[in-house]
Parts: sequence; structure tokens; C-alpha cells
Amino acid sequence: MIPDLGDHAVFIWSSYAIVTAVIGALSAWLIVEGRSLERQLAELERRREAARTARP
Amino acid sequence: MTTPAPASAPAQSITQRLANPTRFMELSGTILPWLTAAAIAVLAWGLVTGFQVPPDYQQKHTVKIMFIHVPAAWLAMMAYGVVAISSFGLLVWRHPLADVSAKAAVPIGAAFTLLALVTGSLWGKPMWGTYWQWDARMTSVLILFFLYLGLMALRSSIEDDDALASKLTAILALVGVVILPVIKYSVDWWNTLHQPSGVFKGAIDPAFLTPLILCAIGFSLLFFALHMKGMRNEVLRRRLKARLQLEVDRAARNDSRNNTSSGPETMTGGAT
Repeated sequence: MIPDLGDHAVFIWSSYAIVTAVIGALSAWLIVEGRSLERQLAELERRREAARTARP
Repeated sequence: MTTPAPASAPAQSITQRLANPTRFMELSGTILPWLTAAAIAVLAWGLVTGFQVPPDYQQKHTVKIMFIHVPAAWLAMMAYGVVAISSFGLLVWRHPLADVSAKAAVPIGAAFTLLALVTGSLWGKPMWGTYWQWDARMTSVLILFFLYLGLMALRSSIEDDDALASKLTAILALVGVVILPVIKYSVDWWNTLHQPSGVFKGAIDPAFLTPLILCAIGFSLLFFALHMKGMRNEVLRRRLKARLQLEVDRAARNDSRNNTSSGPETMTGGAT
């Protein structure tokens, strides 16, 4: 149930919405970036391993 | 004549052991999920409690904005404290993780500063009748926000020398520390529209103080979780960069070896 926040409800909901959006975006950015870096490192390691085994 | 025995490696202090990036990755990998869970739990508790408080006699329901505005403002300053201490650690002790910590804290501090400014404005309009006033508190927090942006811009402007970028950013961060006491005491030194803090003066009713403290603890835990994640990403980024550089160096060595073995033909080819 949505609480009745009186005449200034729009200011209160806007504040909470902006905090959620900014913290959400920051968290998502950090998680996506971390996954991308881990993937790139794993790919590099895989390529190095492949080159090592292919070497005569 | 006797040969002196080789000196044994000096024992590492606890801070030196923690400053080791590999050790940090192990430790933070264990701590981060618990820290994140604790942050979400305390924050949820604080916000639920906050939404149940009765309206304030003056602020009415807008008092609920305080539960996010005050922690955001505290963290805007605390994050800068983390940047400054890390910068000091880089310049004085050259800790391997100090620069990683400083770099990771800047965007998070900027985000909290932005939130403090925006939520303050959204509270100010219904309560003061204006979104913005160029008073000392608001202006000094705006300067803090620009300082964070300046730190990010300075670091990214020096692309080809990471060590130089780190040092220059650290120096700017330490110079910028002067903004912290200005923000803190602005409400006492100048006649501001922004009211002085009442949290530690017994000026707040326990009904409002409890959710405020809970939200402050929850947001602080969230800050440390985000900071730890940012540091982990930065360590991974540096590892990736170092390994790519190693690949490039190896490829260049192989090229030069091939050129040397092919001998005069290449030399002639190159000269013509």
C-alpha cells in the first residue's frame, strides 16, 4: 500500500526515485564493469594457454 | 675473512600485508557479499522505519527526505576523506592499493554529493520556497561536487603516464581537503539559509533519530561495499593492462628475433 504523504508527496517520491536511480546505476556500472574485466582476463589467459600448447 | 650472512627479508607489517593486491582480492572476495547483504538489510530496515514515522510538526512528511539527504551529505564528505587519506598514503608510503582506493572512491563520492544536492533542493522547495540559494553550505557542497569532477577529469586527461596521473590527482585531492572544514563549519561561520546540524545536539525526536541513524549506517555500509567493488575492478583493470602489455612486449621480441634471423635480406628490404 502506498502511504499518503500529503501535499509534498511529489518532492518526497522524486527524492527517493533519484536516490534509487543513481545508486542503482552506480551499482550496475560496477557489476557490469567487473564482469567485463573478468571475462577479458579469462579470455587472455585462454589465448596464452592455447599459444603455449601450440608451441613446438 | 668471513662472508657476512645474507640479510633476511624484513617482516611485513599488517598494513603491508593488507596492501598486497592479491591478498586484497582474496579478502575482499570473502567480505564483499556479507558487506552488501548487511548494507541492504540495514538500509531496508531504516527506510521501512522511516516511512512509518508520523509527520513532523513543521516539516510534515518532507522529514522523510532527511533520511536520505543527511546520510548522502555525510557520505559526500566521508568519501572525500577516504580519497584524501588514500592520496596521502600514495604520496607518502607508496602503498600499492592507496591509488586504487583513491581512484575508486571518487565517482562514488561524486554520486553521493550529487544526491545530497538534489535531495536538498527537493526538500528546500516546499520548506524554504526555493530549490537553491547561494548560501555558504550549499555553495561549498557544490564546490565539493566540482572537485570530484575535477579529480576524475585530471586523471583521465593524462593517458600515457599512469604514475604521473596518480600523483597529480593525489596532490589536487590533498589541496582540496580544505573544503571539508568549510562545509562542516559553514553554517556556524556564515549566516546561512541551511540550518546547523542537530543530530548530536539532542534536537531530534527519537522517532526521527532512529530511522536517520539506521539509514546513515546502511548508506555507510553501502558506500564501503561499492568502494570495495570499485577497488576490485581497478585491480582487475591494472592486471589486464599489465598482461596485455606483456603480450605486446613478447610479440615485439618475437618480431625482432624473426627479423634478425632473416638477416641481410630484411636489412636490404628495409633500406630501399
